[in-house]
Amino acid sequence: MNIVVCIKQVPDTKGGVVFNPDGTLNRAAMLAIMNPDDKAGLEAALRIKDETGAKVTVLTMGLPKAEEVLREAMAMGADEGILVTDRVLGGADTWATSTTIAGALRNLDYDLIITGRQAIDGDTAQVGPQIAEHLGIATISYAQNIKVEGDSVVVERQFDDRYHVLKAKMPCLITALSDLNEPRYMTPGGIFDALDKEITVWGRADLKDIDDSNLGLNGSPTKIARASDKVRKSDGELKSDLGADEAVSYIMDKLVATQII
Amino acid sequence: MDFALDKKHEMARKLFEDFAVNEARPLAQETDETEVFPRATVEKMQKYGFMGIAVPKEYGGQGCDPLTYVMCVEELSKECGTTGVIVSAHSSLCCDPIMTYGTEEQKQKYLVPLAKGEKLGAFALTEPGAGTDAQGAQTKAVLDGDEYVLNGSKCFITNGKEADVYIVIAVTEIQTDARGRKKKRFSAFIVEKDTPGFTFGTKEKKMGIRGSSTYELIFQDCRIPKENLLGAPGKGFGIAMHTLDGGRIGIAAQALGIAEGALQRAIDFTNERKQFGRSISAFQNTQFQLANMATKVEAAKLLVYKAAMAKATQKTYSVEAAMAKLCAAEVAMEVTTKAVQLHGGYGYTREYDVERMMRDAKITEIYEGTSEVQRMVISANLLK
Repeated sequence: MNIVVCIKQVPDTKGGVVFNPDGTLNRAAMLAIMNPDDKAGLEAALRIKDETGAKVTVLTMGLPKAEEVLREAMAMGADEGILVTDRVLGGADTWATSTTIAGALRNLDYDLIITGRQAIDGDTAQVGPQIAEHLGIATISYAQNIKVEGDSVVVERQFDDRYHVLKAKMPCLITALSDLNEPRYMTPGGIFDALDKEITVWGRADLKDIDDSNLGLNGSPTKIARASDKVRKSDGELKSDLGADEAVSYIMDKLVATQII
Repeated sequence: MDFALDKKHEMARKLFEDFAVNEARPLAQETDETEVFPRATVEKMQKYGFMGIAVPKEYGGQGCDPLTYVMCVEELSKECGTTGVIVSAHSSLCCDPIMTYGTEEQKQKYLVPLAKGEKLGAFALTEPGAGTDAQGAQTKAVLDGDEYVLNGSKCFITNGKEADVYIVIAVTEIQTDARGRKKKRFSAFIVEKDTPGFTFGTKEKKMGIRGSSTYELIFQDCRIPKENLLGAPGKGFGIAMHTLDGGRIGIAAQALGIAEGALQRAIDFTNERKQFGRSISAFQNTQFQLANMATKVEAAKLLVYKAAMAKATQKTYSVEAAMAKLCAAEVAMEVTTKAVQLHGGYGYTREYDVERMMRDAKITEIYEGTSEVQRMVISANLLK
């Protein structure tokens, strides 16, 4: 069984968000991590590998630096890493991204494709299902549990106050939630091996059955008009000269004045 | 000369840091308070290969190097000194001598499960009457047929009772030289827990590293198969000393981690703590104290990493290990003491990590050779 997990390197919001003067993210200045939903998807794949001996390939599209998340995935137990990187792919929205990744996936022999539900930098949740559409295979999104049964997968799909149990024949695509599981750590030996392994690097020429008009910034129907940081709350008001009763009255007056109560 | 870590080591360091922060930090205070061995953490470390980092893959290890192992003990000790010493004693004092002196059969039988973390290891040299002066040792092993019969006791044994495999040093011969002076010859043995005649005495109530299980071992007509002799008969003292050279690098890493952990907490606290209307880190005394602490920590780190590299590339590394341990242990004691001082009254309470760290630091100046022993090793090399 061959599983391909699509992962993305995203800015680590714990390290703070840095913007370029034009309002786009300054990714080079920010700490980067493997997208949490993708990591859960990888863990799900590795558990299937532990049980069945499946081969797990990780694939990412991004800058050359995105190789880091492939190495991390391999240090966790993935067998192979593929980096799709090319200048002409830059500035891609979800449409151009899914087109690109589908073009890469067409080169591979897969039974199951797992992606994260969504990336924490874009939050669209579109790329996974779009890839499935490009490839003409079934999608089950928002997976909170995945089981392999013969040539099918049985997935619990999160849905508001309940979950649906869905069965799909492979090949198919599943999008994973970060609460699907607790991803494992790397191992020290896994790290040493992962850094000794070759990573496959593909460019535009390696993508199969796609048109240039659907790639990169030019192939992206979405245009970002403006991006901004979250509106910061004020520091609040500090009163240190009041007794306990006075402080209570002061706070109550404020709450009434601002119509909170 | 390049002091930057390569990608492998940087990535491994990040792994150990993440693990220590997520797994060891939440339990550190409770482990200290309750003095309960952190078995669940050890099981997690087993799962991720932390118990056999420097052991080759063919023997169940991770196939990394001493520097990777040192960084593991260091990062764990930044959060919990107990967790750091469990890995150190297991790896340096039990896996290492079997790796170095064991037969192929001994490696397959003992090193493989130890390196996989399926079994925990310990090392027993110290006796009530024999600490620094190993000649005072009384525990003896007498060959009887195909077995050695072990009698005596060992004390202050780290991982005692929790460990499954023990390297035990015992007297196997007393030689008399031309002048009629008696000299003990030692041998090393691999002893399994639950061997008849092998029991545990009292558990030590310690100042620091309180979750670490420190026990007395008692041997009463304990019969060990002859094939469990480690190395050649009569060579046990050399085996013990060589093992301790490696062990000192592990303890140096533990001391370094404790010092780094205390320094970081002092930085965080002095930034937050306000007196006279500003953070106490805005006062020059605080700034200079922190600068001194950071400089000493960095110096210790270079010595510890150098010793780890020496272990990887040199046949002997006694001096490097002694210098690393001497420096890191004394830096740990000084930095943790200053960190407590910078915390003021809060630092004296068990609410704050630095109080525990100061207690944990003290043992690094004592076990696996006191600071005085390290000075003896270093000066003997200078004056030979």
